[in-house]
Amino acid sequence: MNLVLDRMCIYLAERALFAPLDLNLAPGAIVTLMGPSGCGKSTLLSHLCGILPAPFRATGTISLGTRRLDGLPPEQRRVGILFQDALLFPHLSVAENLAFGLPRGLSRDERRRRVATALHEADLTGLGEQAPATLSGGQRARAALLRTLLAEPAALLLDEPFSKLDTTLRGRMRSFVFSHARERGLPTLLVTHDPADADAAGGPVLSLSAPIDGR
Amino acid sequence: MHHQPRLTHPGLALGLWFLTLLTGIAHASEPDWATIEKTARGQTVYWNGWGGDDKVNSYIAWVGAQVQARYGITLRHVKVSDIAETVARILAEKNAGRDQEGSVDLLWINGENFRAMKDNGLLYGPFSARLPHYRHVDTVGKPTTTVDFTVPVEGMEAPWGMAQIVFVHDSAVVREPPKSMAALLAYAQAHPGRFTYPEPPDFLGSTFLKQALLELTEQREALQKPATDANFGPVSAPLWRWLDQIRPYLWRQGQAYPPSMPALRQLLADGEIDIAFSFHPNDASAEIAKGTLPDTVRSYVLTGGTIGNTHFVAIPYNARAREGALVVANFLLSPEAQARKQDPVVWGDLTVLAVDQLPPEDQQRFAAIKPGVATLSAAQLGTPLPEPHPSWMERLEAAWRARYSR
Amino acid sequence: MQSATGCSGGLLSGAPALTLALLLMPIIAGLAGTLLPAFGYLPAIGASGFSLQPWRTLLAEPGLSHALILTLWTGVAATLLALLLTLALLAGCYQSRWLARIRRSLAPLLAMPHAALALGLAFLIAPSGGLARLLSPWATGWERPPELGLFGPQDPWGLSLILALTLKETPYLLFMSLAGLARWPADHDLAVARTLGYGPVSAFLKVVLPQLYPLIRLPVFAALAFALSVVDVALIIGPSAPPTLAVQALRGFNDPDLHARLPAAAAALLLTGLTGLALLLWEGAIQLLARCSRAWLSDGGRGGGGALAQWLALGSGTLALGLAMLSALGLLVWSFALRWTFPAAWPTQWTLAHWRGQFDSLAVATGNTLGIGVAATGVALLLVMACLEQEQRQQRAVSGRSLWLLYLPLLVPQVSFLFGVQVLLAGWGLEGHWLALLWTHLLFVVPYVFLSLADPWRAFDQRYEQSARTLGAGPARVFWRIKLPLLGSAVAVAAAVGFAVSVTQYLPTVFAGAGRYATLTTEAVALASGANRRLIGVYAVAQTLLPLLGFALALMLARRDHRR
Repeated sequence: MNLVLDRMCIYLAERALFAPLDLNLAPGAIVTLMGPSGCGKSTLLSHLCGILPAPFRATGTISLGTRRLDGLPPEQRRVGILFQDALLFPHLSVAENLAFGLPRGLSRDERRRRVATALHEADLTGLGEQAPATLSGGQRARAALLRTLLAEPAALLLDEPFSKLDTTLRGRMRSFVFSHARERGLPTLLVTHDPADADAAGGPVLSLSAPIDGR
Repeated sequence: MHHQPRLTHPGLALGLWFLTLLTGIAHASEPDWATIEKTARGQTVYWNGWGGDDKVNSYIAWVGAQVQARYGITLRHVKVSDIAETVARILAEKNAGRDQEGSVDLLWINGENFRAMKDNGLLYGPFSARLPHYRHVDTVGKPTTTVDFTVPVEGMEAPWGMAQIVFVHDSAVVREPPKSMAALLAYAQAHPGRFTYPEPPDFLGSTFLKQALLELTEQREALQKPATDANFGPVSAPLWRWLDQIRPYLWRQGQAYPPSMPALRQLLADGEIDIAFSFHPNDASAEIAKGTLPDTVRSYVLTGGTIGNTHFVAIPYNARAREGALVVANFLLSPEAQARKQDPVVWGDLTVLAVDQLPPEDQQRFAAIKPGVATLSAAQLGTPLPEPHPSWMERLEAAWRARYSR
Repeated sequence: MQSATGCSGGLLSGAPALTLALLLMPIIAGLAGTLLPAFGYLPAIGASGFSLQPWRTLLAEPGLSHALILTLWTGVAATLLALLLTLALLAGCYQSRWLARIRRSLAPLLAMPHAALALGLAFLIAPSGGLARLLSPWATGWERPPELGLFGPQDPWGLSLILALTLKETPYLLFMSLAGLARWPADHDLAVARTLGYGPVSAFLKVVLPQLYPLIRLPVFAALAFALSVVDVALIIGPSAPPTLAVQALRGFNDPDLHARLPAAAAALLLTGLTGLALLLWEGAIQLLARCSRAWLSDGGRGGGGALAQWLALGSGTLALGLAMLSALGLLVWSFALRWTFPAAWPTQWTLAHWRGQFDSLAVATGNTLGIGVAATGVALLLVMACLEQEQRQQRAVSGRSLWLLYLPLLVPQVSFLFGVQVLLAGWGLEGHWLALLWTHLLFVVPYVFLSLADPWRAFDQRYEQSARTLGAGPARVFWRIKLPLLGSAVAVAAAVGFAVSVTQYLPTVFAGAGRYATLTTEAVALASGANRRLIGVYAVAQTLLPLLGFALALMLARRDHRR
C-alpha cells in the first residue's frame, strides 16, 4: 500500500508552516524529511497519525492504499509512529508492553509465542519480565519498535527516533529499524536533523521549504 | 473540685485555698448595684444563645444597641445551633482548670441544660434576686419562673420569657383542627404524611413527647417527681402505644423528622404538612407579619391544655465580664425590654413580669401591643400545664431513640 | 546579602520540622484528649477512674450497628461515585475540547462550601423543593407538595447525603487528577496507545489510569475520610434517625448530660477506627482490582471509539454540574424572596430586606472570614514554600512517610480530636484567641496548599536558578526575583485553594474560636438549624462568593502570567 500526501499543508492560526507538500511513498520506501527546527516536520507526522494538537489546522489529503485517512481517529489509521523517547509504559513489564501492541483475538499461547519471538528479534530474550526502567536506552528503543510493529501497521512514521541514542548505538539502531521496515514493506517517513540518518536511510531526502508569500 | 491533679505542690494548694477563702469573703459583702454598673462600663459581654431564629437575633441586636448606649457595655451575640455546645465548652474550660476569664459571660438556657450546669457547679450565683428589675417578676402567677422543669431555680438563672405550646394550622386547608392526641391520630390516619414533630432531643420535639404523655398517661401526678426504673415503663406505656400507631402516618413515614421548630414551621409554609406547633404563642402572627406564613394561618391549643415553661439567662462560674452580664440580665427584665419582646412584630415572646403590678406608664407599653391575627388571648391559652421533672425528659429521649432511631 | 542568606537558610532548614510539629501536636494532644474520656477519665465531671464503661454504654446504644453500616455505606458510596465520575469524565473527554470547559467549571464548584451546597441541594430535591416547583403543576399536576414517602432530603438510606458528597468531591478529585496528569507526559502515552490502535477510553484505562491512580491515592483517601466523618453536611442532608456515627458522637459531646461525653469519646474513637479500616479495605480492594486486571491491560482489546462512553460521562457530569448550579441558584433566589409558596416556580414577591437586615452581621462575618482566611493562607504559603525550598536545596524530596503525616489532619476525623484540642487550648488560655483560630485553620489549610503547590514547584526547571546563580545572584535574590515571579500563577492558585478551605471550616472555627469569631460558615450552619431559607440563602451566597472571588483573582493572575 502506498502512503500518499496530496497538497498537504499545516497552519498555525492563519500562517502556513510550509509550502504545500505532495508525496507518494511506495511499500518499503524510506523518505527522509529534513528542515530547520520549527518548520513543522514533527507536526506533520502528528497529523499523519491523527494526533494533531488543537491550535494547528491541516489542509490537503492523506491516503493509505485505497483508504482516505483524513478525519479518522488515530486508532483506525494503522499508522505506527516512533518518537525520540521510547515511551514504554512504566506500569507494564517489557513483555506486557510488547503484548500491548498485539492485535486482539489471538489465543494465549499464540500471544506468548509472538511476544517471545519479538523479544528474540529485539535481542531482549530473558528480559521480558523486567520493568522498562531497568533496560538500557538501546534496548528500550528496540522494544518500542517491536511494540509498534506487533500492532501490524500499514505505514511507519519515525520522529527523530535516534537522536537521543549514543553515537555508537545509533548506527546499529538505524539498520535495525530500516531493515524491519523494508522487510515488512512499510512505506516509511523519517523526520530528522541528522544528515547521517538520511544517508543510512538511503532513500530520497526532502526539505520542507518555507511557504511562498501570497499563498 | 475533688480532683486537682495539676496542683501537687503543697504551697500552691495552700495558696489556692487561701484565695478561695478570700473570694468567699468578697462574696459575703456583695457590691451594691451602682458599683456593679460602674464596673460593667467598658466590658464586653459574650452572650451565647441559639441563633436559629432571625426574629430573636434581631431582638438581641436591639438589646446590644441599648446596653451600649445606656451602660457602655459591648454585647456580642454568639449564635450557636444548640446551647448544649456552650455547656460543653464551659465544661472543657473547667476540665482545663480555666476557672477565671472564661469565654462565655451569659447564656440562654433552661431545663435539662440548666440542671446539668447547676449539678456540675458550672454556674455563678445566686444572683437573680439582686437584679433591680427582678421584683416585678410574676413568681406567683407564673410559678415556672422559680421552678425550672421542677428543678428549683434558687437564683442561679434569671427568668427572661414565657413559652407555651401552641398549635398552628392553615385555616384554608384544615377547617376543624384536631384538638386532642386522639383526634390528631385520627387526622394523621386520614391524611398520611401531613403531620410530624421535631426530632427529640430537639427542645420542641421533646416537649411534644411530654405534651402527649401528660394527656395520655393515667398517672399524671407521677411526672412531678423524678422518674424511676420501676414507674417509667407503666407511666409511659400509653405514649408509646400512641406513637407506634401514628408513626406510619407521619411525614416521611416517621423515618425522618425536621430538626427544629423553624424547620417544622418551614414545612407548614411549604405545604408539606397541615399542622405544626410552636413554643411562642405569637409565633404564627409574627411569621404572618413577615410574609413567610399565609395570613389564613391560625393558632389553637388542645382542649386539655398545653405545656408551658420559662426560659432564662444564666452566668457561668468563670465569666470574665460578670458585672456586664448582670447588667444585661437586669436590662432584659426591664418593662421596656419585656414589652418590646412581646410585640409579635418584633418577636412575640410573652413577658415574665406581673403586668398589673407595674407602674401605669409601663402597663401602657404592654397595652399598646397590637395582637396579631393568629394570636390567642390569655383566656384562650388557658393555664399552662406544668413541665414534668427533667428526668422524664431524659428518659423519654433515650427511650424514643431506642425505639425510633435504630 | 550574604548574612541575610545565611539567616534565611537557618530558618529554612527548620521549616519542615516546624510545619510538621504545628500540624501534629494538636492532633496527638487532641486524640489523647478523646482517648482518656473514652476510657472513663474526665476529671471535670468527677470521672477519674479508668474503665471500659463508656464502651459498654456505647455498644448498648440502640441503632449503633445501623449507624456504623450507614456511615460506611454513605462514605464509600459517595467516594466511589465521585471517583468513577471523575475517571469517566477524564476517560471520555481527555484530549477533547470538552476538557477545557470542564476545567473552567471547576473553580466555582471548588469554591462552593459543602455546607452551602448541602443546604441548596436539600431545598432542590425536597417534595416541595425547587425541582418540584419548576415542574408543578403544569407537568406533574401537583397543586400541593406530593407525599413521596421516604424520598427527599434526609432519606433513611442516605441517598441524598451520598448525592451531596458526590457533588462536592468530584470537582476536588478532578482538580487533583488534572494536577496528577500534568506530572508526566500522559499525552504522549495516550498518543502511543492510540496509534497502536486503541480507542480513547481503552487507552485511558489501560495506559493512563494505572499511572494516575498512585498520584491521586492520598486525595482519594482524604475524600473517603471526609465522607465518613463529615458533620455539617450530614447534619443538613443526612439521615437523622439514626444519624451517621460522626453526628452521633457530636450529639454526645453536646448532650446536656455531661456523662454522655464519655461514650461520645468512645464513639469518636470508633469512628477513627472505622475510617482507618475503610481506608485499608479500600486500598485492599484497589490492589486486588489492579492484580485481577493486570492480564486485561495487555490482552490486546482495543475498545471502540468511545462515543457512547463520552456522552454518558458528559451526561452525568452535566447532570452533576446542573444540580450543583441549581442548588446555588435556589439559595440565591431565596435570599431575595418575600413570598414564595408552592407550586410557584419563582417568588411572587421579592425583597431586599434580608440582605439589608443582615448587613451589619454580614459585614462582621465577612470581615472575620476574610481576616482568618487571608492570615491562614499567608502563613500556610510561607510554611509550604519554605518546606519546598528547603527540599530543593537539600536535593531530597519529602519522603512518602512525611507526606502521610502532612495529610494526617485530613485523614483523622475532626470530631475525634477537636474536643481534645479545645481542652488543650483552654489549658493554655488560648481558647477564643485569634492565634488558636489561626492554628486550627492551618491544620487543614497547609495540607491543601502543599498539595496544590508541590507539583509545580518540583517541576520548576532548576536551570533558571542555576543560570541566575552563575550570573552572580545569591539564593535569596534568585528566589524573589526569578523563582517566585515564574511560579506566580501556581502560588496564586494554591492561595485560592487554601483560602477556600479556610472559609469552609465549621467545627474548627467553633471549637478553637470559642464561638466568638462569627464567620460566614458558622453563621450559615447556625441558621441552618433554624431552617430560614431566606437568611440561609444570604449567608450561603456570601459564603460562596468570597472563595469564588479568590479563584477569580488567581485565574486573572495566572492569565496575566500566561500572556507574559
